[in-house]
Amino acid sequence: MRIIVNGTPREVVATTLAGALEEVGIVGRFATAVNGVFVPAAGREIALSEGDAVEALAPMQGG
Amino acid sequence: MAVFYGEELGSALMLGTAGYPSPAVLARAFRVSGAGVATVSLRREAGGGQDFWALVQDLGVRLLPNTAGCHGVREAVTTAQMAREVFGTDWIKLEVIGHADTLQPDVFGLVEAARILSAEGFRVFPYCTEDLIVCERLLEAGCEVLMPWGAPIGSGMGLNNPFGLRALRAAFPGVPLVVDAGIGLPSHAAAAMEMGYDAVLVNSAVARAGDPAAMAGAMAGAVRAGRAAWLADPMERTDMAVASTPVLGRAFL
Repeated sequence: MRIIVNGTPREVVATTLAGALEEVGIVGRFATAVNGVFVPAAGREIALSEGDAVEALAPMQGG
Repeated sequence: MAVFYGEELGSALMLGTAGYPSPAVLARAFRVSGAGVATVSLRREAGGGQDFWALVQDLGVRLLPNTAGCHGVREAVTTAQMAREVFGTDWIKLEVIGHADTLQPDVFGLVEAARILSAEGFRVFPYCTEDLIVCERLLEAGCEVLMPWGAPIGSGMGLNNPFGLRALRAAFPGVPLVVDAGIGLPSHAAAAMEMGYDAVLVNSAVARAGDPAAMAGAMAGAVRAGRAAWLADPMERTDMAVASTPVLGRAFL
């Protein structure tokens, strides 16, 4: 299935958000959103659909 | 010291974490400043996010995540929800940017986002203008702190509208007020505190100084002096001289 992770198109075998994150190697402390909607860590077993846009954001410097 | 959402901070200086020459310099600036709050953000992981998380935990200060760069209500709300999970805090510095060149807040979107987030239990620190009516709407939306800009973010211009900032202080005597953006020099920070502001948030002025740690110390001193001056009830300003040396007993020569 083709999805977009942090703006980059990716081909993944996984069918869930948790599986896709693991497959593309996103680890550590981060938060996720799918198609602009926040998905809490406890809800990452949700199924993804073709073309879904996944954002995985990590702590960063800020003012 | 000011109380923000029931939490008393040991310092009236809030310090940003962006733009330092190195993580070591950032950490030194925080140590020297004694700042009680560090602002942080969320970005797509491009390496470094996990190290940064370790670094800010070691600072031992309260974290205030922002929604920097968000130009719409939905984007800001989602970013806030993500920040709450990553940083483990209900505190959010809410930015809804309305203008690309000045980074002026979109105050209409800001009020809407503040209402949504307050209803979801967030403690909202809104980056706003000094407009009295906008600030009134933000308080109605659930904000218990206001963070008007001094000048555009990163400009270092200082307090562009001292009259407006003073009017805001007078209009909301019980509301914690923080000058959020535009401070470039310790004198700007002191001026905000002398007006009775409860804190200042500084980033670029420290991070972009030649010696960030030294500037952090200077800012801390300025904030302390400004606060002490406000508490000491400054004299009234006049436009004409008022002789300070007694006239009585002057020799007739």
